[in-house]
Amino acid sequence: MSSEFAAILVDSTSHALRIEKLLVNQDLACKLIPVPRHLSSDCGVCVRILKSDMETIKTLLIEHHINDQIIEAI
Amino acid sequence: MTQAALDFPSSRAKDGTLYLDNAATSWPKPPGVARSMCHFLDEVGANPGRSGHRMSIEAARIVYATREMIASLFGAPDPLRVIFGSNVTDGINLGLHGLLKPGDHVITSSMEHNAVMRPLHDLQQKGVEFTQVPCESDGTLEPDQVEKAIRPNTRLIALNHASNVCGTILPIREVGEITRQHNLLFLVDTAQSAGVLPVDMVEDLIDLLAFTGHKSLYGPMGTGGLIIGERIQPTDLHPIRQGGTGSRSEKEVQPDFLPDRCESGTPNAVGLAGLLAALEWLQEYGIGKIYFHEKLLCASILDGLANISGVVVYGTQDAAKQTATVAFNIQGMEPSTVGLRLDEEFNILCRIGLHCAPSAHHTLGTFPDGCVRFGLGAFNTLADIHQTLDAVHRLAKEAV
Repeated sequence: MSSEFAAILVDSTSHALRIEKLLVNQDLACKLIPVPRHLSSDCGVCVRILKSDMETIKTLLIEHHINDQIIEAI
Repeated sequence: MTQAALDFPSSRAKDGTLYLDNAATSWPKPPGVARSMCHFLDEVGANPGRSGHRMSIEAARIVYATREMIASLFGAPDPLRVIFGSNVTDGINLGLHGLLKPGDHVITSSMEHNAVMRPLHDLQQKGVEFTQVPCESDGTLEPDQVEKAIRPNTRLIALNHASNVCGTILPIREVGEITRQHNLLFLVDTAQSAGVLPVDMVEDLIDLLAFTGHKSLYGPMGTGGLIIGERIQPTDLHPIRQGGTGSRSEKEVQPDFLPDRCESGTPNAVGLAGLLAALEWLQEYGIGKIYFHEKLLCASILDGLANISGVVVYGTQDAAKQTATVAFNIQGMEPSTVGLRLDEEFNILCRIGLHCAPSAHHTLGTFPDGCVRFGLGAFNTLADIHQTLDAVHRLAKEAV
């Protein structure tokens, strides 16, 4: 069963917090969660978003020159 | 009246002791600083950026908010280029040791603190060359002298913004322009100016800005660091400390992105929580207002000292050309005696000696005896100045 969520994979918690602030300011739902093991072996956090917001958020990140993040369905 | 104005603490200790050593560390702190640190310890507590649970993320939010406030204060291009360390010395060490390679040449001034001079002398043993441009006897620096010292292998100019001995302000913007004309990098030590004088990485053309949290930013000790400008690639700077960052844990090599590349180990998050409260207080109260207040105090004490027979004042003796750090001697009385008697007999605390800046004292003509330094702060008052001048007057009368 596919979930309603996607995850933005980030370099560090600081990067995640920068994105969280951006999304909260745009009223886009998000939550910082531990990175799911199947996406990365990193012990850090990622930004969980709604899959339905993925395209909007991709555009928003590019507009804010945050281009190197990977967004994957979870 | 704003909350910040209401929160103006007294410059006196409970027993009436007058603190005039703000150039070493500011005291008292705005009351929100201690509250914020207690809140962090009591309510937040977790390790920022090391776990995905909510307490860890809340801790990381506090650290990130501090990063944003520091970036905003100094006109930094990106909060992720703010590297936190223990103090300004950490920041300077990262800038100098991280950037310079054998064969590089550095220009600095004769008014620098040992936070710059000791790393440079160490780097000299490893093949880095440096030139100390002489300042005038009041500590001022002619930018032309800096330009004349440029060599083909010059890579960096490193300057303090204001002297920790006598407060003399160095012309960082003019030197910044020289660095751009010659394609050099520019490191500025803002230990004595941040929070009082405007410092802007863009307008002042600064590539590496070292700052401390516990002086005129009014935060706790153990906070400070370096802001890395966009002309420097993260990989151009070799980290002086390597280790766990909470990121890329699958790899045993240091990450190549900022701030993690240069921030290893658990940060002083409780200190940064205090610094955040201090920065919020500064923002609400206004740096400009603090500058004008300190300038008034500085002009008043300079004027008073000039009228005391037997007192020699060092530096520009002009409140418009210096911070509120005032250096002087009483002829016929050792600085250590003046400091001890001010403490024991007059309840006034200041700093005497060489102030970790032997080169600056050579420039001012006060080496090796040193001098007495009053470091005024935002919470001092004109009444404090009058009491201090009266004490110096009495000591000077005895010394004659």
